[in-house]
Amino acid sequence: MLLNWKIGGVLLGLVFFLAVLLVKPIGVSTQFVILDGIIGDAVNAELVTKTDDGFTSTNAYLAKSGGKYAKSVANPLNYSFVFVLAMMAGAFLSTLARGGLSAQERTMPALWRANYGDSAAKRYAVAFIGGFVVLYGARLAGGCTSGHMMSGMMQTALSGYIFAAGAFATGVPVAMMMYRKEA
Amino acid sequence: MTSIILAVVIGAAFGAVLDRIGATNPSWIGKMLSLKHLHLMKTILLAIGTGSVLMFGGQMIGLVDVGHMSVKAAYVGVFIGGLLLGAGWAASGFCPGTGVCAAASGRKDGLFFIAVGLLGAAAYMVTYPAWKASGMLDNIAGGKVTLGTVPGSKFDGLMGMSGDIVGIILGLAFVVVAFVLPERPMGGGAEPVPAE
Repeated sequence: MLLNWKIGGVLLGLVFFLAVLLVKPIGVSTQFVILDGIIGDAVNAELVTKTDDGFTSTNAYLAKSGGKYAKSVANPLNYSFVFVLAMMAGAFLSTLARGGLSAQERTMPALWRANYGDSAAKRYAVAFIGGFVVLYGARLAGGCTSGHMMSGMMQTALSGYIFAAGAFATGVPVAMMMYRKEA
Repeated sequence: MTSIILAVVIGAAFGAVLDRIGATNPSWIGKMLSLKHLHLMKTILLAIGTGSVLMFGGQMIGLVDVGHMSVKAAYVGVFIGGLLLGAGWAASGFCPGTGVCAAASGRKDGLFFIAVGLLGAAAYMVTYPAWKASGMLDNIAGGKVTLGTVPGSKFDGLMGMSGDIVGIILGLAFVVVAFVLPERPMGGGAEPVPAE
């Protein structure tokens, strides 16, 4: 099931290369903001508005950089947003093709179960807190594991190295403290 | 329209490969970050190296359009955001990309992750003016810079060296590290059954 790291690494590298060859480097976390904007704009149509030369927003973050996020909110059928939807479809089909996940695994991963037992509530609570911190951090950093760490370091971007240093500086000690037993 | 087709093809390939290397499974993320089993680390390092060598090599021979490069700005918040993301990534076993893939593959904890992730992103949208005012979003070391100076790119280089050569050398270094890195740096017993 799991690809050998040599094959998996080359395949993943080819995907990153194809992306930059054909379009642009891969990134994901911005699309959380775009979906937030789409939802926000559906609730309050004043959020994103058209201007003479593009789009703007009452939210300073959506309006920044000449309203490029506001523009994506107004046109969800753009490359980066569709890309993330396609990622989900790809992961779904790949999982299906290898027989799908067991009911146990759907609720929580084996490593969690080995360390913290069967309580789904505990696992969901951590996924809950994690989701908030990860996306808040990703937007503060201006990118996530895909955009900063992989695409960034691939392009020798200074920001990618700064980001990776930060992420591993907390990621390793937190994981070592939380996951003492191996599944 | 072409760009939408490319989004579908490249996006689907990315999601499928993330699934097959184990990145959508928090057990593998946790084992990587707790240094118990570096299968995923080796995979990612090899991927960055492969991508880098192909991209910079392709730019040197004119196959890859240098204009496709997209370098993000360096500022203090990149590091702080990295610290936050790292902690949440380790605890939950998800990052934004693998979180959406995990949710799509049927992981209920992944669904919680992305639902609250939307709130986390929204919280940043609301607090953005305060970060902006703090100066922590101001560029450092030139902002959008690469380590070497890439010919024809709109981004400055930290060093005057050819950015293409620097990229290929670093890419090869990533590949070497991927091979040299032990699968189990802490030792450990028999090979466990892959968590699935």
